[in-house]
Amino acid sequence: MLIVAMVLADLAFTSPSEIWGALSRREIQYAIKLSLFSCTAAALLSILVGIPLGYLLSRECFPGKGMIDAIIDIPIVLPPLVIGLSLLILFQVKLGGKSIEEWFQAAGMPVTFQVPSVILAQFAVAAAFAVRTMRVTFDQINPRAEQVALTLGCSRAQAFWRVTLPEARRGVFTAATLAWARSLGEFGPILVFSGATRMRTEVLSTTVFLELSVGSLRAAVAVSLLMIATAVVVLVIVRGFGLQPVFRKGTEP
Amino acid sequence: MIALERVSIHAGAFALNDVSFSIPTGAWCVFMGRTGSGKTTILEMVCGLRSPEAGRILLGAEDVTALKPAQRGIGYVPQDRALFQTMTVRDNLAFALRLRRWREEEISARVAELAELLQITSLLNRLPQKLSGGEAQRVALGRALAARPTVLCLDEPLSALDDATREEMRAVLRTVRSHSSVTTLHVTHHADDARDLADQMLVLRDGRIASVPIDNPSAS
Repeated sequence: MLIVAMVLADLAFTSPSEIWGALSRREIQYAIKLSLFSCTAAALLSILVGIPLGYLLSRECFPGKGMIDAIIDIPIVLPPLVIGLSLLILFQVKLGGKSIEEWFQAAGMPVTFQVPSVILAQFAVAAAFAVRTMRVTFDQINPRAEQVALTLGCSRAQAFWRVTLPEARRGVFTAATLAWARSLGEFGPILVFSGATRMRTEVLSTTVFLELSVGSLRAAVAVSLLMIATAVVVLVIVRGFGLQPVFRKGTEP
Repeated sequence: MIALERVSIHAGAFALNDVSFSIPTGAWCVFMGRTGSGKTTILEMVCGLRSPEAGRILLGAEDVTALKPAQRGIGYVPQDRALFQTMTVRDNLAFALRLRRWREEEISARVAELAELLQITSLLNRLPQKLSGGEAQRVALGRALAARPTVLCLDEPLSALDDATREEMRAVLRTVRSHSSVTTLHVTHHADDARDLADQMLVLRDGRIASVPIDNPSAS
């Protein structure tokens, strides 16, 4: 009720013409484009990490597994500002006489307070959700099929690629969608690690903050409504996939 | 031939020590024992899915103890069938053949041959989720036989089937037996399977293997 009431209040506060006017502004259009790009990049990176790590945690027993499992949860429970601060400190760590940031700058790719920092800040949190989703996905896939594939002539990599990963495709899509949505809502780590510079590191969440800070409440609400609409679409997609019984063990009809 | 020579393994609550037996080439061996006695563990060792702690496993004249499952030339039908859920029946049957880079026309011919043998021609374009238990069992058997393995390992292929389907499936196994010279290790709880199919019958009891007469399985 409270959530519906909040959304309705947002809608009543503004009008379609005001929303359109706000979203047409050059800096907000830049924030929309950067959000689309950075969220997609963070989601892809999260999947690249989430698939192998989720598989490892689901199928293998090894020393330190419990520790890795706990470490993955840290970004989920830490205050977002702490993640941003920790990233900032990490890039100031000296290696071979230069900070990590200086190494990246020497390679022609500065990170801190630039677009890569936005992606990294989003990835730092979104990856945890991707790993969790992929682990549950692999937990629900019958490992026996992979063993049969081994007896039929597959290497372990082939069995994973040809049998397990296709069965995990809905989980991969769900993990990517969740990572993308989590990245879109990320604010604290981006504010600390990337700053809130217009036309450079401004994403939609920072737009809401910047518009509020200059007293432009209607523009902040317009951007908020755009983010709410996106979140609803993402949740509908995730629930649509998540509710289908796609990870059946065995073959009984 | 399938032979285990003084194989030992500890897994879970049970231990198998110095297990030895031999199944002649082309024979159909029914393997019985109580639930949890280690039958599936032995089957998995033959398939290469578990490694023994001691002893040797021979398939034909070759010591395969250290070989990976893919190098053993076996067909394996697990208890839960474990069909590849994203592939049609046709693709399940063709899976091992594509890995071996058979030509497409050879694959089609072999799939058609297996489908006719197992009476699943009408199911070739279905996904596993749309199959009944008996149909899924036939597909799993066809998938295991596709690449003409020298050894076939069946883990309770008739379990979880109703009486009528079990009889149908037993007839299918008889057909496979008459059309193929594959050496078979068939784990079951049903003495009827031994009477119907077996050339040899082994019983696993208290971690030891005993050979019993096929016409008197109650001796187990």
